Amino acid sequence: MIGYILRRFGAAVLVLFAISVLVFLIFFATPGVDPAARIAGKNADPATLAQVRASFGFDRPLPVQYVLMMKHLFVSHDLTSFVNRGTLVIPQIIDAVPVTLSLVVGAAVIWMVLGVGMGTLAGAMRGTLVDPLVMLLGVFGVSLPVYWLGEVVNLITQKQLHGSVFSWVPPLGYAPLSQGVGQWALHLLFPWLTLALLYAGIYARLLRGELINALNEDYVRTARAKGLSERRILIRHALRCSLIPIVSLFGLDFGALVGGAALLTEVVFGLPGVGKLTYQALQNLDLPVIMGTVLYAAFFVVLANAVVDVLYARLDPRVRRA
Amino acid sequence: MPEPLLEVSDLRIRFGGFTAVDGLSFSVRPGEVLGVVGESGSGKSVSMLGVLGLIRTPGAKISGKVVFRGRDLLALKNAEMRAIRGREIAMIFQDPMTALTPVYTIGWQIAEQVRAHEKVSKRAARDRAIKLLDEVGIPAPEQRVDAYPHEFSGGMRQRAVIAMALSCNPALLIADEPTTALDVTTQAQILDLLRRLRADHGSAVVMITHDMGVVSEIADEVLVMYGGRAVERGSRTEVFHSPRHPYTWGLLDSVPRVSGPRVRRLPTIPGTPGAAGQGCPFADRCTHRLAACAEAPPLSGTAGHLDACWLPEEEKTR
Repeated sequence: MIGYILRRFGAAVLVLFAISVLVFLIFFATPGVDPAARIAGKNADPATLAQVRASFGFDRPLPVQYVLMMKHLFVSHDLTSFVNRGTLVIPQIIDAVPVTLSLVVGAAVIWMVLGVGMGTLAGAMRGTLVDPLVMLLGVFGVSLPVYWLGEVVNLITQKQLHGSVFSWVPPLGYAPLSQGVGQWALHLLFPWLTLALLYAGIYARLLRGELINALNEDYVRTARAKGLSERRILIRHALRCSLIPIVSLFGLDFGALVGGAALLTEVVFGLPGVGKLTYQALQNLDLPVIMGTVLYAAFFVVLANAVVDVLYARLDPRVRRA
Repeated sequence: MPEPLLEVSDLRIRFGGFTAVDGLSFSVRPGEVLGVVGESGSGKSVSMLGVLGLIRTPGAKISGKVVFRGRDLLALKNAEMRAIRGREIAMIFQDPMTALTPVYTIGWQIAEQVRAHEKVSKRAARDRAIKLLDEVGIPAPEQRVDAYPHEFSGGMRQRAVIAMALSCNPALLIADEPTTALDVTTQAQILDLLRRLRADHGSAVVMITHDMGVVSEIADEVLVMYGGRAVERGSRTEVFHSPRHPYTWGLLDSVPRVSGPRVRRLPTIPGTPGAAGQGCPFADRCTHRLAACAEAPPLSGTAGHLDACWLPEEEKTR
């Protein structure tokens, strides 16, 4: 098991290295683009350009450029934004991470509880009215786009009913944990629910299918023949095996969301997270920021996948020796 | 003659309009091995699942009487039935590759069954699992108890499943084609094991199979099923040496012989198995068909050797 974990994280480091090389090449070895001009910022004077060129080694071979770039990114942290000259990229990302993490972790807890709960209920109550009802609810969640649902939620909680039922809802934006857990959670409550609804629907549908398959497996019949209770068969045998694919999907979704895929939710609810940062950078073609956020996103996706694979091996003994 | 351990009378199992088991009656005495033979779809597996209350298809209708140690199993509540399943009646299934939950160790799964029925510590349950694995011939059981199913071969898994089934010393073991998915050498070992365990534990065994060879090796009594009905019942010697039903003749003829002239093709029974209808279920495929076959013959006979056929007595001997 320990050997497996080490191997898995070794592979993750290799993947990260490959991604950083790829990102570097896309941004700095694309023909027709002067990377120095992109990094020096809007309307930079020739002196600054020359200084950037020297500092990033753009007159030297590509491998040297790569190493210098990584040094600016990870060691000296002094890459600056193209649009707002003087704004450092890395601290900007570091400031945005807690917002995104708060949003995604909270939503993940909600969607896992809801999704597993609904999926198990529907799978176990198959053949009764509960199953189609729960699944209808799931489809409902899947079909509501975040940008629409979020705006409707804002319309109701911030405007239409803000005077009466929803007077306790704080204005849009983020409240850091330093202002107290209560304020933090209150600001994030509706973003959490909005983001979680979509994923809860997907997970519930997936788990229901897995569970129904598992309940038809021979080992469930064996478990019944052993004289176990239906609840134990459902939870310890069928659900336990059905959760394996759910966990791997969760890792992918979680990594992608922390990496910036919660962009729509962040923009709609005015949360200054990584997604919003990427969104703004893309609008201005702010190359240094884009590069920073892409590498950051890749880091989280790869890390989440490595963690999931380790978890997967915990859940499924058949994977361990593979 | 001792009291029967299990007495099934007029068991009927229907799925919607399809009758899978049609008025099946048989009994098993303590310590006896009953071989239930028949081809696929003859209702042998489903009747045993019905006995244990393991049929969960919505719309399945089960009627009749299944008396086990004086209690009618079909009338029991779920919780009461659970206490019998796995403790007094254990069942093992055809495919050992899929019969064990893949994510738990063998020992855990055996201990789970022990602890479902007896108040014992985890430690004691584990020790019992090791002892059982040793008993069914798994080498190095102290280590193997912590192995996962995928680390076992098919034969070893079937041994583990048998160990699990025996964990609470059941009075009756129902084995549903326990050797079908195994290669011939392993089959012989598993049959040997079952025979030895029966001697040690004194459990009665119902052995469901389509393999006449298996029946001839292990059974005391034989029940031949066709189309959801019993067509012949008797002791092993009677059924093998003086079979009385045309279907049993067909079954026995389709087994290759060791002695005598070598045939180019083994005889087969023409046609395909049909469902139980109004008349004798075998009538469509029978070479001895009579006008009376439009009505189902009752299971009758003398001295424990029964058959369900309208043929006159003197024609039933070959």
